[in-house]
Amino acid sequence: MSFDYTKYLRTEHLPHLWCPGCTHGIVMKSFLRVVDSLGLNQDETVVVSGIGCASRLPGYVDFCTLHTTHGRALPFATGIKLARPELTVVVVSGDGDALAIGGNHFIHACRRNIDLTLIIFNNSVYGMTGGQYSPTTDHGMFSSTTPYGNPDHAFDAGALAMAAGATFVARTTAYHVRQMDKLIGQAVQHSGFSVVEVLEACYTNFGRRNKQLFKSNMDMLMDLKKKAVPVEKARKLAPKEMEGKYETGLLYEVGRPGYIECCDDMIGRKQEG
Amino acid sequence: MAKTVKLLQGNEACAQGAVYAGCRFFAGYPITPSSEIAEILAASLPRVGGRFIQMEDELASIAAIIGASLAGKKSMTATSGPGFSLMQENIGFACITEIPVVIVNVMRGGPSTGMPTAPGQGDIMQAKWGTQGDHPAVTMAPDSVGEFFTETIRAFNAAEKLRTPVIVLTDEIVAHTREKVEIPEPGEIPVEDRIKPSVGPADYKPYDTKFGDVPPMANFGDGYRFHVTGLVHAEDGFPTNEPDIIESQERRIIRKVEEAVPWLSKNEEFMLGDAEVALVAVGSTARAAKMAAEEAREKGVRAGVFRPVTLWPFPHERLKELAGSVKRIIVAEMNLGQIVGEVERSVCGSVEVTCLNQVNGESISPRSLCSAMVGEVQP
Ligand SMILES: Cc1ncc(C[n+]2csc(CCOP(=O)(O)OP(=O)(O)O)c2C)c(N)n1
Ligand code: SF4
Repeated sequence: MSFDYTKYLRTEHLPHLWCPGCTHGIVMKSFLRVVDSLGLNQDETVVVSGIGCASRLPGYVDFCTLHTTHGRALPFATGIKLARPELTVVVVSGDGDALAIGGNHFIHACRRNIDLTLIIFNNSVYGMTGGQYSPTTDHGMFSSTTPYGNPDHAFDAGALAMAAGATFVARTTAYHVRQMDKLIGQAVQHSGFSVVEVLEACYTNFGRRNKQLFKSNMDMLMDLKKKAVPVEKARKLAPKEMEGKYETGLLYEVGRPGYIECCDDMIGRKQEG
Repeated sequence: MAKTVKLLQGNEACAQGAVYAGCRFFAGYPITPSSEIAEILAASLPRVGGRFIQMEDELASIAAIIGASLAGKKSMTATSGPGFSLMQENIGFACITEIPVVIVNVMRGGPSTGMPTAPGQGDIMQAKWGTQGDHPAVTMAPDSVGEFFTETIRAFNAAEKLRTPVIVLTDEIVAHTREKVEIPEPGEIPVEDRIKPSVGPADYKPYDTKFGDVPPMANFGDGYRFHVTGLVHAEDGFPTNEPDIIESQERRIIRKVEEAVPWLSKNEEFMLGDAEVALVAVGSTARAAKMAAEEAREKGVRAGVFRPVTLWPFPHERLKELAGSVKRIIVAEMNLGQIVGEVERSVCGSVEVTCLNQVNGESISPRSLCSAMVGEVQP
């Protein structure tokens, strides 16, 4: 029997505004399957976003949902989690939202290790505003603000998260749906700050400006597939062999008490002593 | 019963007032001259079951307190001009999503980094118009340590009752002065809480005007599932493009504050009964003004002081009345003319309004205020 999404969707607010062929919906459905398989209580699950195409997701799903300002989803979520640690708090954010305007919040959320899950919808472009380049746009690629090619180099969000202290870091793509389910599920269950970067495709505002590479959104999906190398294999390859490719899978996981546990522990000890 | 009297610094009084009012969450980023508020709450909030967090900047601080308030905790942040500027976008978010929070701005001098340890009153208009678009503005402006305590409580109460962000705006002098404060017993000053929904989750709408201009507010985690967005939304919380709904929601969030003026507005009127000259001032400038008025009276000039304690909404009505009984109004402020524009709007040319401004990092002295008053009435 196929999965019934309607339990978790605000069907009266559909259809969504995503373009035909946009991969954001693939990630949303994966998240809903995870919610179902983990048996999360909808009243106790909070979904927070910033601004962008990806960030419109909270409007469509039936949880406690908060659509904030561009880049600020993580600090909003931090406040919610500190106020009510028993809630499951998931943040959805585009690459611009999470890594450009929200980049400072991102590294500090990693460092604090508060039990939040961040899903980065990385389509390597600013979809909502019409296709300007983002911090994850590859060098040389065309966008509406890189008409001569991107002079910048892209962030490696996973490496950034690990360096900043995230305790769960994973990467998958919109093509690898089963892996996506597994990683988002593990991330939500992980105690501490978890990041799942999903590499995605925005044909409307990125693919069509790079017609030398992509003739359709399918081409973009196949490209995601081609460039993904499972982490176990990737780590055996020489850096040269990994050029233009990326590791996918669970990149890093460690147990470390987070801000809330440490705070409670220290305050408790002080009060006893 | 003997009153508890303590010698407190302004910022300390603010922090204690917040705890009294039920504040259980603080997020902030250090900045002079407000930092003591964070330092004190870092120690005291955990003792009352609250939480403190130092965020990475003021953008994050305001976001965190809005999140915590939405999850049911009365929340506050404290800052000074540069941080207040950074908070503006999300102050607007709290206005349109109608989430109560308290933002303390201890003003310093100058634009930009300005004068971190010197007083100023340059954020009067930022407190009203800092965030984009039409939005409600509620601001309390204490002038003493004791009032910093009580106005912080009043700010929380107003925020909760009106479902809107409230700003406590004061200056470096009030924040760093030490004065005796009578600490009220628990329950002595009423503490307000947001109105909870009386309907079950199935019938709940986060902006249901059936219940008046301030709709009941459910907290995340209380069994109500709803959507919150900074996009203009309908009663159900979801974005809308309906012109009629947009217009009525926009007008309602302003109206709910305007309608609260009878209980929200608060002014101090000092020796105004027979006054021919009224000095209008807020914060520490008003304290100098009161001394100056006494001095001016000794010199034969019937002077008085009008001090808005609730700065926004501005007391236009009362000033209009006052214009009928005084010959002149002098507006004194540590900026180059912000409150004066509001006073002129109130009196509509019916009485002469002049201003006394100073932006050199020093407070306006009672002497210069006195000579302005005395000089003004001389032929
Ligand atoms: C403070 C602020 N600056 C700029 C914008 C305009 N803006 C809206 S969405 C967006 C970028 C969205 O890109 P991304 O986060 O990658 O998400 P996508 O739309 O690609 O899913 C920008 C720049 C804004 N809403 N707020
Ligand atoms: S513009 Fe791009 S990111 Fe936005 S909905 Fe369309 S395909 Fe998706």
